[in-house]
Amino acid sequence: MKYAYSFLAVIALILIAWLGSQIPGMQYFFGVAVPYLAIMVFLGGFVYRVVYWAKSPVPFSIQTSCGQAKSLDFIKPNRLECPTTNAEVVARMALEVLTFRSLFRNTKSEIYDGPKITYESSKWLWLFGLMFHYSFLIIVIRHLRLFLNPVPEAIAWLDWADSMFEIGTPAMYMTDAGLLIGLLFLFTRRLFNRQVRFLSLLNDYFPLVLLFAIGVTGVLMRMFLRDGVDINAIKQLAVGLATFSPVISTDIGAIFYIHLFLVCILLIYFPFSKLMHLAGVFLSPTRNMRNNSREVRHINPWNPDIKPHSYAGYEDEFREYMVEAGIPVEKEPTPQKDEA
Amino acid sequence: MAVAKLEQLSQSVVQGPSLATGAIPTKDWMDIPVVFKPGNYAFPAKKDKVEYLNSQSGLHFPNARDWSPEDDDWQLPENWKEIIINGLRERLEKFRSLKIFMDCCVRCGACADKCHFFLGTGDPKNMPVLRAELLRSVYRNDFTLAGKVLGRLAGAREVTPEVIKEWFMYSYQCTECRRCSAFCPYGIDTAEVTIVIRELLHLLGIGINWILEPVSNSNRTGNHMGLQPHTFKDNVEFLADDIENLTGVRINPTFNRKGAEVLFITPSADVFAEPGLYTAMGYLILFEHIGLDYTWSTYASEGGNFGLFTNNESMKKLNAKMYAEAKRLGVKWILGGECGHMWRVVHQYMDTMNGPADFLEVPKSPITGTVFHNAASTKMTHISEFTADLFKHNKIKVDKSRNDYLNVTFHDSCNPARAMGLLEEPRYVLKHVVNNYHEMPENTIREQTFCCGSGTGLNTDEIMELRMRSGLPRANAVKYVEEKHGVNMLSCVCAIDRATLTSLMSYWNPNVGVCGISELVGNAIVLDGENRAELDEGLRTLL
Amino acid sequence: MYNKTMIITGLVIFVLMVTFPVWYNGLDAGPLPKPELPPGGEKECVASAAFMRDKHMQLLNEWRDDVLRNSDRVTVTVGGKEYRKGLQLACMECHSNKEKFCDSCHDYAAVTPTCWDCHLTPTEAASKKEAH
Repeated sequence: MKYAYSFLAVIALILIAWLGSQIPGMQYFFGVAVPYLAIMVFLGGFVYRVVYWAKSPVPFSIQTSCGQAKSLDFIKPNRLECPTTNAEVVARMALEVLTFRSLFRNTKSEIYDGPKITYESSKWLWLFGLMFHYSFLIIVIRHLRLFLNPVPEAIAWLDWADSMFEIGTPAMYMTDAGLLIGLLFLFTRRLFNRQVRFLSLLNDYFPLVLLFAIGVTGVLMRMFLRDGVDINAIKQLAVGLATFSPVISTDIGAIFYIHLFLVCILLIYFPFSKLMHLAGVFLSPTRNMRNNSREVRHINPWNPDIKPHSYAGYEDEFREYMVEAGIPVEKEPTPQKDEA
Repeated sequence: MAVAKLEQLSQSVVQGPSLATGAIPTKDWMDIPVVFKPGNYAFPAKKDKVEYLNSQSGLHFPNARDWSPEDDDWQLPENWKEIIINGLRERLEKFRSLKIFMDCCVRCGACADKCHFFLGTGDPKNMPVLRAELLRSVYRNDFTLAGKVLGRLAGAREVTPEVIKEWFMYSYQCTECRRCSAFCPYGIDTAEVTIVIRELLHLLGIGINWILEPVSNSNRTGNHMGLQPHTFKDNVEFLADDIENLTGVRINPTFNRKGAEVLFITPSADVFAEPGLYTAMGYLILFEHIGLDYTWSTYASEGGNFGLFTNNESMKKLNAKMYAEAKRLGVKWILGGECGHMWRVVHQYMDTMNGPADFLEVPKSPITGTVFHNAASTKMTHISEFTADLFKHNKIKVDKSRNDYLNVTFHDSCNPARAMGLLEEPRYVLKHVVNNYHEMPENTIREQTFCCGSGTGLNTDEIMELRMRSGLPRANAVKYVEEKHGVNMLSCVCAIDRATLTSLMSYWNPNVGVCGISELVGNAIVLDGENRAELDEGLRTLL
Repeated sequence: MYNKTMIITGLVIFVLMVTFPVWYNGLDAGPLPKPELPPGGEKECVASAAFMRDKHMQLLNEWRDDVLRNSDRVTVTVGGKEYRKGLQLACMECHSNKEKFCDSCHDYAAVTPTCWDCHLTPTEAASKKEAH
């Protein structure tokens, strides 16, 4: 049911944009007001969430060591999986953020008669996850051609490279396919992997469906539903938004407003959702700390003042026995029994 | 509690209706209530233990009472909801990890089948992600906009007594081994989550006796076995007697001796019960052999720290004894014995909580002159680091063949592996003392090691079936090398392991024994002036 | 420990990246493309201006396929006027200046059509003729 709700929600959003953008005068609402609102909510919410996290300290050094630590000279440390210097932490984080290192470790367990448990390497999630994320990143960067005037050489080159196979007119982008295939995998995995299906929430299906709809409307707009898709008018609006002088010069097709509206919804949804893993991955204490907690003291700003049960109290309680057993004591026993 | 017969349990883990083996519950997890019945919960802490702890300065253990998880009414204090929400707010403000781990999980499910509890029980709420969702759902409800607006649609739910019961059930079916955190793309560590859940439950007077009694014992007597100073000394001396019988060499360990160079602290279980006793004999033999100037302490006679399984205040209070005693005795540095969670505390918490230990010196091996720079601030060195260094410098005279009656494998304990990175040192030591050695499959060792199934104070007998289930992944890997290579000894560097793996092996792999690394070292050492008979079972030989 | 400096630096970088178009354009939307109307003053085309704006690339592609792949050189008659299917044979007859017509929009939107990999622009064609 949860995935069905996600579809319903996205369909409703599409209808709102479709019908709404047909009402005279509402183009400015969907083309200007909503995008400004969305970017403000996105940036404000994003910064707010990170600041909210940052207000809490990291009281203890809780890195997860995934390799040999630096200890004795003759034992080779694993600098990437168990970093002790800042440079090594940066390298570990880079691997984590850029290559999804931890997910690459993934295994799949099966239980057979015996009982016998097996662990097989399982890299599908890693592969499709990586494909989705990199495609998405490139798509976002590519869209800068609509916001920048003149278009920097690098972005024009990226656009060219992404469409170099020249399939269809205008040429299909490989990353569009990568994004949609990746999303399809992530979605069907949620439905068919028994464990993931059981634990998935509406919050997990919705962003996938939303992103899928964004991808599909984008492809439709470029390849199939070109009525009213005058790229220059769209770019004029986009650059206008970025220069605070938005202009909607001609009638732009509804498909564009649907695409844009869904993107705005994504931006608004982002800071309040699990999508914040974009920032969280950098701040995870099990990954971004050095494993040198015995070498350099980590400070806890709220370290409470707690004293151990004192040795004096201990000796007071057990002095007789200690003396009898020949264990040295601080205070010789008084003739009378000491009540601690 | 009677434990299921091996055949029954073997069938049950494979065929029983469970998410791990194929059955999907028809209801949403939020609609499945927990049911407590004998054998699936650890006994609650006794009222007097909770009251004792509450009376100690710096500790807060309110709402002591007699209760049972099987009761319908858990006699929660009147304002329990307020206590929980305020407690959660306070912890969110204290731990960035908690905020991040509450907000960032994408429920990719990579952690799901990494948990030994999930593999052994098939209970969906034992998937690390869902275990964290038990708290996350409440967090969403009270601390996030989406949860406040959308409620259950956004995966939020109000905290109810049923939720509290669920927290109790599943935060005590997690051994905080951190295996999930190694696989999580965001490094989300379920241990951080269950630590917080357990802390919150203690605010309502909910805890288990197997943890809180050791905590109060450690506080009062210095060790969680509750051994009083004279008994502790006696126990160690009995071990010296045994060594004399076996080798003809008399060892005279000292206690609470001021001016010793090194303070030696190990889990008290090592001087209390088999097979830890043999590990302790190994320490005694090793220190005698190299002539180490060291002392035991009866006041700081516990390496382990059940405070880690309780709350950070208890952890700090118990741990503080180590430095306090080192200072009182005027030693130069501290040497720590083989223990898992003790080393998590020493490595990741001790210096922060109770340092700086500027009255100590950077550990330097008096035998080899090696300075342990990796312990420059904490001033505490692991016995495996210390011993590996001794072997590197050829300072130990061994006869490896004395361990030839064994075919050994090594179990990486969760904490030294994933909270320290101590992987090669024990192997280096093993290489020098045994001839027959085989590793378990790679997905079950080193940073991917499986828990013994009974860590974090869950090594209590009333949940034996649960322990045998959660220990299955470890036992299964041992069985693999037993069948393939004839392995008959599972070595480890953890006192809880020594106790719990023994039960686990006798259930799943009865022909495999359990030992500490130092036992194998001690057995292989050729002592000066020894008069040792042929010992068929090493230090375990009964004369 | 808060890592305040690192986090603030990270956030600033993030915000700057997201708002990059604002800094890059400097509040100046820049010149809009003004494609030159046919110098010959022709008013008729094979399709409406709106259609051509949205879909000229697809029309050209169809023509290419018809002519080069299907040998279909049947002309197109619109409004009584006959057009041969071809970029140079039809379009460039009126829109004779590639730089001022095609490029003005393509440059603005950073589009790099492959037409000119094979076709010659009128200027190139002229200079080639001279060389012969």
